Amino acid sequence: MEAEHAEAQWLTEECEFSLPELVELSGSSNEELRELVEYGAITPVNPEAPQWVFPGKCLPTVRAACRLRVSFDLEPHGVALVISLLDRIHDLEAQMGSLRAQLPRLPSEFW
Amino acid sequence: MKYKDYYAILGVQRNASSEEIKRAYRKLAHKYHPDVSKDPAGEEKFKEVAEAYETLKSPEKRAAYDQLGAHPTGQDFQPPPDWGKQYGDGQFSFEGVDLADLFAGLAAGRHGPGKQSGQLRMPGQDYEVTAHITLEEAYRGTEIGLNLTVPVHDEEGFPRRVPRTFKVRIPKGATNGQRLRLPGSGGKGFHGGRDGDLYLNIVVHPHPLFRVNGHDLYFDLPLAPWEAVLGATVEVPTLGGPVQLKVPPNARAGQQLRLAKRGLPRPHGAEGDLYAIVQIVVPAATSERERELFRELAQSSTFDPRGRFQKELKSGS
Repeated sequence: MEAEHAEAQWLTEECEFSLPELVELSGSSNEELRELVEYGAITPVNPEAPQWVFPGKCLPTVRAACRLRVSFDLEPHGVALVISLLDRIHDLEAQMGSLRAQLPRLPSEFW
Repeated sequence: MKYKDYYAILGVQRNASSEEIKRAYRKLAHKYHPDVSKDPAGEEKFKEVAEAYETLKSPEKRAAYDQLGAHPTGQDFQPPPDWGKQYGDGQFSFEGVDLADLFAGLAAGRHGPGKQSGQLRMPGQDYEVTAHITLEEAYRGTEIGLNLTVPVHDEEGFPRRVPRTFKVRIPKGATNGQRLRLPGSGGKGFHGGRDGDLYLNIVVHPHPLFRVNGHDLYFDLPLAPWEAVLGATVEVPTLGGPVQLKVPPNARAGQQLRLAKRGLPRPHGAEGDLYAIVQIVVPAATSERERELFRELAQSSTFDPRGRFQKELKSGS
């Protein structure tokens, strides 16, 4: 079978999604996304702008929010709470990884 | 069609109440949900658990599932003839059909896949895949092959699994936990619905020598005591090949020597840096001549490595 070549898109700050795009790609409703913004789980690039635009890294967060809502029957506030706690865990893990990288191994590990 | 024992997957009896099924599902979801679990096998286990619960939580789907009878997991079986009539026109072959797709089809309508298809636009399924790459691959960029089995609907609206194979270019500079989206590379849409997407979660394997911090890399640079005191030019490895590193005299253990732009490249910016962390190591075995030289050094040196003890004890009192 011939392999298809797939174009990949980094989900980082460099790519952005409009609110309707995020709705279509995440499976969440417009209302659910607005609640995630209200509870601080995701932040538009410019919250004051009339049409919200979101950084690409929000898409995995919103997809996770959608999975958590469906899998655990959570209310929007509960979803936002879990997302913010998961974010804190990821930040702490990143900090721990950063410190571990800079920590020299014990000399005994060389020999 | 292969049989899956949804009751066994949830660990409940076939006559379990809907409350018991819900409790069993929640317990397993807490343990295996990929967004909250650290179990490497959690994602696969959760897929099974979610598929089982999706069918058993709905009285209609559970009744349809129960009509299939009980079989050993993985055994090929044919649904009873009247089952086919209920969910299509009875003429379908169930060969190669996945139970999950069959019951997912029931979600969209009340009459089974053969009749419910109507003209509802159904988006294709999204997939999340973890792509494991080495640090060398992250540095140079790489191409990985992915094999998926995705459901498509035939003309009658019946779900079939078809293989899809992709070659995906991972640009250089990927870091652990980064996400890539491959639009339209998931399951096929139905009745004009868009094709699903494929999401790649990049996992960079730990390297035996280099430790990663964002786009910067760290490694330990062992130096002999005389190299640390006198300074030296030593060959050190980098992901781009070995380079000569000038160690200044009087290097201290723990000191970081920066090799600019020898870290991981960034997709949209400058490369990260590589840091050598000085470690002063002593030979495991020394000859009589070496010991003699160290004795000579001990007699001539005025260095007191524990001189701070007294100072710090005084300042503390």
